Amino acid sequence: MSGANDPYDPKEVAALSPENLDAAVQKAREAFAAAIDLDALAAAKPGHLGDRSPVLLARREIGALPPKAKAEAGKRVNEAQSAVKTAFDERFAVLQVERDERVLREESVDVSLPWDRTPRGARHPITTLAERIGDVFVAMGYEIAEGPELETEWFNFDALNFGKDHPARSMQDTFYIAPENSSLVLRTHTSPVQARTLLDRELPVYVVCPGRTFRTDELDATHTPVFHQVEGLAVDKGLTMAHLKGTLDAFARAMFGENSTTRLRPSFFPFTEPSAEVDVWFPEKKGGAGWVEWGGCGMVNPNVLRACGVDPDVYSGFAFGMGLERTLQFRNGLPDMRDMVEGDVRFTQPFGTEA
Amino acid sequence: MRIPVSWLVEHLEFDETPTPEQLSDAFTRIGIEVEEVTPLGPVTGPIVAGRVMEIEELAEFKKPIRYVKVEVGPDQVNNVICGATNFVEGDTVVVALPGAVLPGDFTITARKTYGRTSEGMICAADELGIGDDHSGILVLPSGTAQPGDDAIELLDLTDTVIEVAPTPDRGYAFSVRGLAREIACALETPFGDPGGAEIPEAEGEVWPVHIEDRTGCSRFVARRVTGVDPTAPTPWWMRRRLMLAGIRSISLPVDITNYVMLELGQPLHAFDAAALQGGLVVRRATAGEKLTTLDDTVRELDPDDIVISDDSGVVSLAGVMGGASTEVRDESSDILLEAANWDPASIARTVRRHKLPSEAAKRFERTVDPALAPVALERAAKLLNHYGDGSIKPGRTDVGVPELPLPVSMPIDLPDRVAGVRYARGVTARRLGQIGCQVAVTTSDDGQTIVTAVPPTWRADLVQPADLVEEVLRLEGYDTIPSVLPPAPPGRGLSEQQRRRRTVWRALAENGFIEVKPFPFINPAVFDAFGLSADDVRRNAVGVLNPLEADKNVLATTLLPALLETLLRNLARGAKDVALYNIAQVTLPRTQQIPVPALGVDRAPTKAEIASLEAALPVQPLHVAGVLTGHRELAGWWGKGRQADWADAVEAARLVGQAYGVTLRVVASDLLPWHPGRCAELRVGDWPVGHAGELHPKVVEALGLPKRTVAFELDLDALPLDDHRPAPTVSAYPPVLLDVALVVDASVPVASVSEVLGGGAGELLEDIRLFDVYTGEQVGDGKRSLAYSLRFRAPDRTLTVEEATVARDAAVAAAAEAFGAALRS
Repeated sequence: MSGANDPYDPKEVAALSPENLDAAVQKAREAFAAAIDLDALAAAKPGHLGDRSPVLLARREIGALPPKAKAEAGKRVNEAQSAVKTAFDERFAVLQVERDERVLREESVDVSLPWDRTPRGARHPITTLAERIGDVFVAMGYEIAEGPELETEWFNFDALNFGKDHPARSMQDTFYIAPENSSLVLRTHTSPVQARTLLDRELPVYVVCPGRTFRTDELDATHTPVFHQVEGLAVDKGLTMAHLKGTLDAFARAMFGENSTTRLRPSFFPFTEPSAEVDVWFPEKKGGAGWVEWGGCGMVNPNVLRACGVDPDVYSGFAFGMGLERTLQFRNGLPDMRDMVEGDVRFTQPFGTEA
Repeated sequence: MRIPVSWLVEHLEFDETPTPEQLSDAFTRIGIEVEEVTPLGPVTGPIVAGRVMEIEELAEFKKPIRYVKVEVGPDQVNNVICGATNFVEGDTVVVALPGAVLPGDFTITARKTYGRTSEGMICAADELGIGDDHSGILVLPSGTAQPGDDAIELLDLTDTVIEVAPTPDRGYAFSVRGLAREIACALETPFGDPGGAEIPEAEGEVWPVHIEDRTGCSRFVARRVTGVDPTAPTPWWMRRRLMLAGIRSISLPVDITNYVMLELGQPLHAFDAAALQGGLVVRRATAGEKLTTLDDTVRELDPDDIVISDDSGVVSLAGVMGGASTEVRDESSDILLEAANWDPASIARTVRRHKLPSEAAKRFERTVDPALAPVALERAAKLLNHYGDGSIKPGRTDVGVPELPLPVSMPIDLPDRVAGVRYARGVTARRLGQIGCQVAVTTSDDGQTIVTAVPPTWRADLVQPADLVEEVLRLEGYDTIPSVLPPAPPGRGLSEQQRRRRTVWRALAENGFIEVKPFPFINPAVFDAFGLSADDVRRNAVGVLNPLEADKNVLATTLLPALLETLLRNLARGAKDVALYNIAQVTLPRTQQIPVPALGVDRAPTKAEIASLEAALPVQPLHVAGVLTGHRELAGWWGKGRQADWADAVEAARLVGQAYGVTLRVVASDLLPWHPGRCAELRVGDWPVGHAGELHPKVVEALGLPKRTVAFELDLDALPLDDHRPAPTVSAYPPVLLDVALVVDASVPVASVSEVLGGGAGELLEDIRLFDVYTGEQVGDGKRSLAYSLRFRAPDRTLTVEEATVARDAAVAAAAEAFGAALRS
């Protein structure tokens, strides 16, 4: 190192020579390029950009130069320092990207590992179906009516025009409630809700009632003693069987798609006159589109209206009822009704929280 | 009812006889349900009449086996092995010869069997596809056929049987007569009514009959045929029709009564007149009276049963089953035929009471044409005369007054208005005429056109305008009714309760519970397994008189028994980690059961009457219950998972409350079947609404449940519909977080400490959370340390630590005062 007072030829300040500066820059570039990661780069940094690096040491020598040489040498040192800095920054950027990529690569996991820590729950498909039917009718302006499952014979039979000893009453396969002659039964259909609704609500009424019903059928692949129905009832001025048909068609379309429709066959129910069986056109029927028996319906029997205090000369109405298990069975192609009542989680789970 | 097509079309005139499918479609279209259309056969190949020439009994086998020589054609004799014994030498039988194919693709070949060569098969009726009688082989009346005659033609095996199930209002349709008329209406074809025959005059009564009970019997008609040849066989055509209808041939008189019943719809009864003692009386039975019926069963009669008695006592359970003492037997030759109209309701009760359904009762229950009795008797008497060589006595007894249908009037356009269709002019009158009504059209004072229909005698079901409307609509075809969606008035959507119930239903499923729907029938013995005391309110369950499973004879007062049974079923099928829930009504008897009032239906019940109906019903609240066993969080590659414990049950119960918009308080409780130290009572305010926790170890053991099974049950209907409308203000200022650990007696419930601590902290407290519970040496016996983190925040400024500390100290002071809680150092 030279002191400021030393007489010397500036050309002999070797550190400031272009050759030496170029060499220092070149060395720095090489050193940075040789750094394989950010740590190595950080370790290489002081030797080329630190206070004691060749370029910075060279800068100290500038003061000793004659004034006319100072500017030229300063410029040269600046360029060299800038070149080293650039080399460092470029290498740093490259290594940083490499590092980030490596970290992400190293943190990667097998996302196909099963993450089923919490068991999945599910609603019973009958529940979902009942809600869905409710929604279809609520959207049409209907409301949802309810009633008790253990019912008086008056509501379950008498008010619905079932004669005391008419065969229609014994055909219902009723569960009777103790003691003998209690006049209480487990409701054999959701139809008592018709009478309850008419007695309870202001006219006109448009209601549906999904609910649990009971008949003494032995449990087998197509029967269950405890099942669900949905009942519909509309009582208003001027309702006709054409309105019944229109409502059933809309219901069928909502349940089975736009191409579905219904067909009525004359039948008998004490609480409707005229009465009909409803068949539904089911496009996805097993073995090809076709008619499937779906439920019963008809125009509310004037005797029922009278028993509920509605003047049949002013009001008319229609009613319909479908079995939910049966609907689910043919809609989903379920082979055995017992699965719906046994409560095996393997049956219900696939239905999830929607179905 | 099963009916061969050949019989159905006998009274109809067609240009071209419709196919069975066309007939079936016609029935369906007008409301007679068709259950089955069964073509006979197919039978092909050599099936012939044969004469039994010689019977060799083969005694060396366990069952009777006959080796029979049968003449099956001129000079042709086949040897046939036969297992039946109901025939004798000389009988005419039906033989399927080798090469014949019987129904079920059953090919007959010559074969070795029972050590002999059998060259064909002697057929039973069912083997030929005629009915289902397999009680013996088919023996044809002598003279019906010659050996070698083609049996396919002889037996008319090309026929088709249609089985229909008429609805219970259409009693008339339980007969060939009624069904043929329906086809006539449906296909617009002429119909000759076999029930409309003229009846010859009769001189005087044939047997003294007195109707004591006029409500039980509106008409009683009797005819007598004497000198009937008891050995006379039933003609083949009649037997064939009976067999195809599913009725077994018994004897000529009995077959004739059955035949006439099927043909006309009037059940008949044949008495052995020689066995009757004195005049007949129609009355109700008296208490204690007994009757041995045709099936040789002694029946104790009910004072509601209608009976026919003679001087010896009761001889017939009217309309349901005859008595054994006056039954027509093999040797009977003097026959008194009875045709009557019985009160349908009484018959229905008798059938139920004695569990005696019969073809006759089925028709009486559905009302029999009151004009038919003498016609049917005439028909039966003539058949007995013709085929049984009997002589019809001149007299006829006919007592009582037939109940004839009353006229029904309605505006002539009522069918149009009900259907929503404009029918062509004259349709209503024409259709009503077609079904047999006498129709008159008049104009009322206000200018309306009125149609008045006098229903035919066989249509007791036509009593109001709606009934006439249905006739017009069904005959015009329901397929002519258009589809019009009525504009319903705007509805209010789901009720508040319905919406919240749905949320509960969904919340449990979304939290890992699987919904099941077990039956509400339970075995009361489960309450013993639950360890419930004798006076526990849950034991007070409503009984079912006719349960399907004898021991499951009460209705659930709690959802847990059925839910636990479902849990066990799942475990038995290999499931390990199971969380189930059920939402259903339970049935809770009232403390004082009041009888159901008897109400009519001619008017609406009053408000008070409805209230009394409601008061007679048990309370039926909607419950929700859940059970958990195994892992609540599953084990897996990530680690061990977590077993469900009492806290999961409590959490689920509180989740239900949350979904319903109600915060449930938890209070320690002790209620079976829960563990006395791990049972939480859930409350709304101070009102208990359910329980949750771990089941009692004894209950777990008694029911065979996995250890530590947990459960909850809540009364959803007891949850209030809180009008919960939160209006939170959210402060954007920073919070101050402070922790505090309190040492309190271990007996003090955490919920109480939290409540007091939270209350004492004042309004600056935003959140309080228990993060640790410690018991051990450092806090001393009987004590525990509860560590809380408290989050304070001010709504309008940055809260200082000093302010928050003041609030925390106030909270600690409150806990100290309430529970002697000490700050843990």
